[in-house]
Amino acid sequence: MTATSLRSPQGAGRAGDKIFSGAALAAGCLILAVLFGVALFLVVQAIPALTAPADKVQGGAGFFPYIWPIVIGTLIAAIIALVIATPIAIGVALFISHYAPRQLAAGLGYLVDLLAAIPSVVYGAWGAAFLAREISPAYNWLAGNLGWLPIFQGPASATGKTILTAGIVLSVMVLPIITSLSREIFLQTPKLHEEAALALGATRWEMIRMAVLPFGRPGIISAIMLGLGRALGETMAVALVLSSGVLTASLIQSGNQTIAAEIALNFPEASGLKVSTLIAAGLVLFVITLGVNMIARWIITRHKEFSGAN
Amino acid sequence: MTSTLTPVRSKRSALTRGQLPKYAPYAVLAAALIIGAAVLALIGFNALGWGVLSALLFAAGLVGWSAAVEGSRKAKDRLATCLVLGAFLVALLPLISVIWTVLVNGVPGLVTPGFLSSSMNGVTGVYDNKAAEDGAPVVGGIYHALLGTVQITLLATVISVPVGLLTAIYLVEYGNDGRLARAITFFVDVMTGIPSIVAGLFAAAFFFAVVGPGTKTGAVAAVALSVLMIPVVVRSSEEMLKIVPNELREAAYALGVRKWRTILKVVIPTAISGIASGVTLAIARVIGETAPILVTAGFATSINNNVFGGWMASLPTFIYTQILNPTSPSNPGPSSQRAWGAALVLIILVMILNLGARLIARIFAPKTGR
Repeated sequence: MTATSLRSPQGAGRAGDKIFSGAALAAGCLILAVLFGVALFLVVQAIPALTAPADKVQGGAGFFPYIWPIVIGTLIAAIIALVIATPIAIGVALFISHYAPRQLAAGLGYLVDLLAAIPSVVYGAWGAAFLAREISPAYNWLAGNLGWLPIFQGPASATGKTILTAGIVLSVMVLPIITSLSREIFLQTPKLHEEAALALGATRWEMIRMAVLPFGRPGIISAIMLGLGRALGETMAVALVLSSGVLTASLIQSGNQTIAAEIALNFPEASGLKVSTLIAAGLVLFVITLGVNMIARWIITRHKEFSGAN
Repeated sequence: MTSTLTPVRSKRSALTRGQLPKYAPYAVLAAALIIGAAVLALIGFNALGWGVLSALLFAAGLVGWSAAVEGSRKAKDRLATCLVLGAFLVALLPLISVIWTVLVNGVPGLVTPGFLSSSMNGVTGVYDNKAAEDGAPVVGGIYHALLGTVQITLLATVISVPVGLLTAIYLVEYGNDGRLARAITFFVDVMTGIPSIVAGLFAAAFFFAVVGPGTKTGAVAAVALSVLMIPVVVRSSEEMLKIVPNELREAAYALGVRKWRTILKVVIPTAISGIASGVTLAIARVIGETAPILVTAGFATSINNNVFGGWMASLPTFIYTQILNPTSPSNPGPSSQRAWGAALVLIILVMILNLGARLIARIFAPKTGR
């Protein structure tokens, strides 16, 4: 009996170890490669549009005059969505984490998650067929009474298929994202902070304002940023709801367009340079959402030690 | 002994004086509902207006009463409670409205004979005009789209699950929280936020460059969906592998079992319920994606059984094209009926997958003993 007999008799086991860990490593690297590939292939396919003479690109004025209005349109739609969704989402998250009875809270959380489960095309169809029709009287009212504001300038769209309707549909879609992230963070508020506030005689609202919200602020910010990322890239809600057109300041007239909807509406029939132009537009969208998401993730990682939100 | 010295005039002691009685919210709610109904009866009744007006009256009444009796701090607390409850109710409105709209519009399409078993092959505007004008039955169905959705999603799952699961295993078992592991975690999180249409463009650009311009097949769509699905699978499997107790691994190592066998025979079986439910949720997420399929698989009207060749229909793109480009532009009615029927089928599929995920997690949860 020598020392070698202590070693495992089968070499197969060791080979299995090597193969398995190699496969796991390869899968991890594949993900990095895919993300890199997304950027690379978009750039390669987009180059013809960026270098083409200005009069060949759609609109006849070059790529940047083409992309500029739809970038602004994308931002307008996303901002409308966030302005509507953020207060409601934080309210819902507080309701589930601090107001609802314990036994109900899990079920109510599931109900909000159902909102996230509904496919985007169904939201788009709902927005186009139901919401736009129901909401157009409100637009007429806005045009009549607040028409002096540039954003509510009349005449209001008769069909209701405006950027404001698209923004409302988007807000419904980002609501569950902001809600579920904020809820997780609110639930992680240290119990001792809350109890200390209550013991000092604070009402429930004062406790939330003094203990829960300051603790959750970085988490709320990153939740909003992730919602923004979703709202920027959402396609169907805008493609089906908005009757698109040139950039206009009024939110209740038809007009404006977003990058994602522009791609979805034109890509299936596109060919040649048009394809490159649309892929370049996709690249712009990718860069914007990548930036927003990375900032959001960075905020989360920076505060991970004491919030644990991820 | 016949009479008490202090007459029982009020139950309220000095301790409970500046407080609203327990029944206050209910009383205010009842009053708000009645006043709201009365006001709307004068100007024309509708349910939404009644709800909104009553809610506003309720909040104003309760907060005002509380401010008068309890002071401004308590009143603010009640206002916050009203707002938070209001936010929750407002959030439920679109959910109810969407489900109601889909049910009302979708059921007529779904119960049309042949809706689930026929394709749109050969269905032209002529038939739709007949259906709209002469009351002939609406022809055409979603069989081709259903088949396409199943094939594309299946292929995407086959690609995503091994890659996602292996990555999760790397992160939990081999990564040791090193630089590469942290980079992968970060970029998986970033990948979660890629807009679905960009994922579609990536797959399209990739196949345009490798196979040839204009390549649009079900397989390209499956690759696009995998880009969206992999991060979800990685995140959920990672969470599940992390909660496998370390004692189990150590016990296996102590018996001389190799690491890979430990992972395959001990760690994964323990976490399988969570992994399976995570994969099901990931499928539920990508099955409703429209934009990536639109730019990668085109839209077909006939049955295509080959994922690797030719355009392919799917449920979401079927809904999209039927609404945006009705088969008969002059009579969009039959097209929209088919679209809503397809939407109902799609929602039912997604709900089944979601419920299935919950059931899997519950039924196959590891026995904790004791």
